[in-house]
Amino acid sequence: MTTSFEKLALYMDYPFVRYALIVGVLIALCSSLLGVTLVLRRFSFIGDGLSHVAFGALAVATVLQAANKMTVVLPLTLLAAVLLLKTGKNTVIKGDAAVAMISVTSLAFGYLLMNVFSTSPNVSGDVCGTLFGSTSILTLTKQEVTFSVLLSVVVMLLFVFFYQKIFAVTFDEDFARAVGVCAGRYNLMLAVIIAVIIVLAMNLVGSLLISAFVIFPALSAMRIFRTFLSVTVCAATLSILCALAGILASILAGTPVGATVVAMDAAAFLACCVAGRIKHGV
Amino acid sequence: MPQPQILCENLSLGYEGETIVKDLSFAVEAGMYLCIVGENGAGKSTLMKTLLGLRAPLSGRVVYGDGLKKRDVGYLSQQTDVQRDFPASVREIVLSGCQGRMGLRPFYNRDEKETAERNMARMGVAELADRCYRDLSGGQQQRVLLARALCAAEKLLFLDEPVSGLDPTVTADMYRIIGELNQAGVTIIMITHDVAEALACATHILHLGSRFFFGTRDDYLREMRDAASEKEARTA
Repeated sequence: MTTSFEKLALYMDYPFVRYALIVGVLIALCSSLLGVTLVLRRFSFIGDGLSHVAFGALAVATVLQAANKMTVVLPLTLLAAVLLLKTGKNTVIKGDAAVAMISVTSLAFGYLLMNVFSTSPNVSGDVCGTLFGSTSILTLTKQEVTFSVLLSVVVMLLFVFFYQKIFAVTFDEDFARAVGVCAGRYNLMLAVIIAVIIVLAMNLVGSLLISAFVIFPALSAMRIFRTFLSVTVCAATLSILCALAGILASILAGTPVGATVVAMDAAAFLACCVAGRIKHGV
Repeated sequence: MPQPQILCENLSLGYEGETIVKDLSFAVEAGMYLCIVGENGAGKSTLMKTLLGLRAPLSGRVVYGDGLKKRDVGYLSQQTDVQRDFPASVREIVLSGCQGRMGLRPFYNRDEKETAERNMARMGVAELADRCYRDLSGGQQQRVLLARALCAAEKLLFLDEPVSGLDPTVTADMYRIIGELNQAGVTIIMITHDVAEALACATHILHLGSRFFFGTRDDYLREMRDAASEKEARTA
């Protein structure tokens, strides 16, 4: 035990470990905040769908050899997010089907592009890295860290500022619109924020595991708490703790970062299920 | 003659390629208790959503008058799946009724909190304020949503099937509350399946579907009676 602590203390001296912790915790916090409203609106899979879009976009960026891949990935993901959240009741293809369709299509196209136009000698390594999160969280530059911190702070401020509106629109969109809340504007805002978070989170957990970041904290919190505020606070806290524990564990044990954090989230969910049963006596 | 609160002119409603209501014109005046009745699929909910501005009519127009603004209107919608297991306290939900008048202000002020408390007391759910919405009975949930609608507006309430799924005692209770609100000066526009109840409490009836009627309850009763005797005469 003491050796692990010494090992940790040693690692903490390296800036890349500190960067990974900061960025990981912030991304976990942001995604859990939005997760509550997404899960409640039956949009749990939007994280999954959008991250696959981001994967496809990344492939496009690689093929185009864009200098800064973000300039391709972010706009494409944003576009997909807006389209997906706009599909309400009056579209040809209903919500979940639309998400599933866009998700598999971009996954397939991304893989296809990477295979056909690849310039790298190790295609499957690249693909695996993008899907399951690579070690890129451990190779963040100071600029990237600053960028992530700024975006996260903006997301958090927006969430706090519009918290009551997000609640109203999530609970009853028709009512909110009927009494004069511009629901469309807030839906658009949510779509944009989600897209930004997903693009950020791709570095950490990869395309396939992002959903876990979005849904697990919210679901866990809902096992125990019964008001919107307490669910939100609990989800955020859980998510931060799991991200911290996961990243530290992965550094100590040499496991993949994203998968370890998700495993922590799953464990927390089980614990919350048990706690919820005890608390509510069901 | 007083200016109507809501004026509908030549309204046509429906979905793409299919018109369900054609050329509908009527006016709602302050203090009315209007029941919208008619068969399933006659366009009752569609009409209400159009009046609320949630969807556009195929043609015609809806005009708000008599100083009625969008933020003077409250709405009790049919419950959605999302709401049934929503983790929110009664207070959080009732407060959200005040959203319409908040603009961009992020938090509720004391006025709005007092409005919420007052309306919870009025609907008899004050002692449930900290309970979770999904743990309440159907009747209690409807009272909470009614309190929220009252926070939004005290001039005009739209009610879409306010008693569906409630047991008879709770239903009677709900109608009593709605009646009291109307007595207190709130204009009521209510969709209901229950024609008998509509005739007992409404001042005006709007009948959509196989045949159209808009007018006072007494005229509606007379027309029903005439139609019935005509039918009898024909069969005899």
